[in-house]
Amino acid sequence: MSKSVMSVMQERDIQKRTFMQKMFKIFGKTGTYAFLFIMALIVLFPFYWMIISSLKTLPEYRQAIPTFWPKQIIWGNYAEAFSAASLAELFTNTVIVGVASTLLSLVITVLSAFAFARLEFKGREAVFGAMLATMMIPGELFTITNYITVTNLKWTDTFQALIVPFLVSTFYIYLLRQNFMQIPNELYLAAKVDGTSDIKYLWRVMIPLALPTLISITILKMMGAWNTYIWPNLVAKNLPLITNGLRNAFTDTSGQANYPVQMAAVALVSAPLFLVFLFLRKYIMQGVSRSGIKG
Amino acid sequence: MVESRHQWKAWLYLSPAIILLLIFTVWPIFNTLRMAFLDGYGNMAAIGGRTFEFGIDNFVKVIDYKDFLLCLKNTAILCVATVPISTILALLIAVALNSIKPLQKTLQTIFFLPYVTNSIAIGMVFAAMFNIVGLRDGGTNAQTWGIINNAIEFFGGEPINWINAGSTYTANIFVMIVYIVWNALPFKILILLGGLQSINKQYYDAAKVDGTRKFRVLTRITVPLLSPMLAYVIITGFIGGFKEYSSIIGIFGDKMSAPGGESLNTMVGFVYDALARDRQGRACAAALILFVIILIVTLINNKFIKKHVHY
Repeated sequence: MSKSVMSVMQERDIQKRTFMQKMFKIFGKTGTYAFLFIMALIVLFPFYWMIISSLKTLPEYRQAIPTFWPKQIIWGNYAEAFSAASLAELFTNTVIVGVASTLLSLVITVLSAFAFARLEFKGREAVFGAMLATMMIPGELFTITNYITVTNLKWTDTFQALIVPFLVSTFYIYLLRQNFMQIPNELYLAAKVDGTSDIKYLWRVMIPLALPTLISITILKMMGAWNTYIWPNLVAKNLPLITNGLRNAFTDTSGQANYPVQMAAVALVSAPLFLVFLFLRKYIMQGVSRSGIKG
Repeated sequence: MVESRHQWKAWLYLSPAIILLLIFTVWPIFNTLRMAFLDGYGNMAAIGGRTFEFGIDNFVKVIDYKDFLLCLKNTAILCVATVPISTILALLIAVALNSIKPLQKTLQTIFFLPYVTNSIAIGMVFAAMFNIVGLRDGGTNAQTWGIINNAIEFFGGEPINWINAGSTYTANIFVMIVYIVWNALPFKILILLGGLQSINKQYYDAAKVDGTRKFRVLTRITVPLLSPMLAYVIITGFIGGFKEYSSIIGIFGDKMSAPGGESLNTMVGFVYDALARDRQGRACAAALILFVIILIVTLINNKFIKKHVHY
């Protein structure tokens, strides 16, 4: 009898413990979700505020008690922003720089990565090592001399000045070389036996197989052109890219600025980035986690 | 690997990269050192035929300069404040994300959003949120203290002048810290979550069998196994922090201060100011000082990491 009492008590004890554990688990999960939702709201709030502010009238924006949805939706703010910041010209400039530098940079990167990954030549390791070593030096050290170089070449306010100095990224060469090395060498030998030229082999075999990396590079490079501020501000004040134009169009910090129009301009500049992110999220997140660089 | 009889081919393929690197990467390294040690070097003056003497005058001038110490202070404050805050927040978010199943992907995407933004553009949104619009106690036209102050008032606090004329240095720095942390989170979360997902589940199963508490699991299993990623995130955080520049322009404009307030300029800003004023010698000296500081901080971090990181 005493044995059964013991076991009943034990059973109760176990039941009690599993109940407590369950409660803990539920509380834990709720807490986790609550924490994540609050943080997500904080992360999203500036975007939400940007969009609703961009649709308000100025008097509504200035109300002492803020409204969380515009009473009257003013799409005209966007038209006004488009002309106030001359966004059309800025978009064109930026797209030219972005597309040209991305295409040229891809060609240079692919050719170099191919040479490092597939061809045997004297000094290969030395050159590759030297290239990697330059990655450790902060960009500011290059900027000073490049500013002088560009000025002395009389490239101030030209597209070359915005494109040429940044065409080679040793990191992208490194990334693509690693990718190319994973492609079996037998394919290259077979192509050689068939008499296929290097370029044809690159185009037909290597590039399709390394496409995800190339897409990541393309997106990051385009985002870079979209977000660059410092360099255009130094060498091309009269050929502003989107970020420079945006900042310089709205410099009033006295509090009297027309914020809805300003927010509309910001939203217009941010929109392409979000669209790219929406469709190519996988490549961006992959590229970023591997490269660890912004833009 | 193919034994190529046509070595010239490899060099041909490499030539665009090598030529550009020589002009825009290798030459700058030497030239920066050269200019830094030529007293008072300026490019326009050099073109005009002036010669400069070898010396350490640029470094002396930079360090003597009051603005430089201010820039150093601003940079150091932003760095020391934002790196720990953003790292701890990112760690908590990554651990929380890793422990849930439903909505994980959606939340992960939301937390990555700040990464795909333009730091100048969103800086302007933050400025709008912290801004006082118009003069509040003048006229009948109701004017707002800004949404952040509205929220503070809603919870019973006093509104604060964050970034407008007459705002304090502390308030300015606080706004910068909030913005930089918000901006730094996505990259850190991405890296840490990637690290968490690669931790072997057996460790957690073993902990479960032993009935280990949640917090102990975090400090004894998760953090040690995540330490290489944490180290990476902290080092890149410090390096990025020492190069802080455009986020400040985003919020305060290119004057880099509240109207009439103390300058929030940073080390990188100092370098670019000197550069644009044709004081390249001074700019180079400042850039080299920045480089050495980053190097020292990274070495200290590495030393600390060697002691505490488990690979």
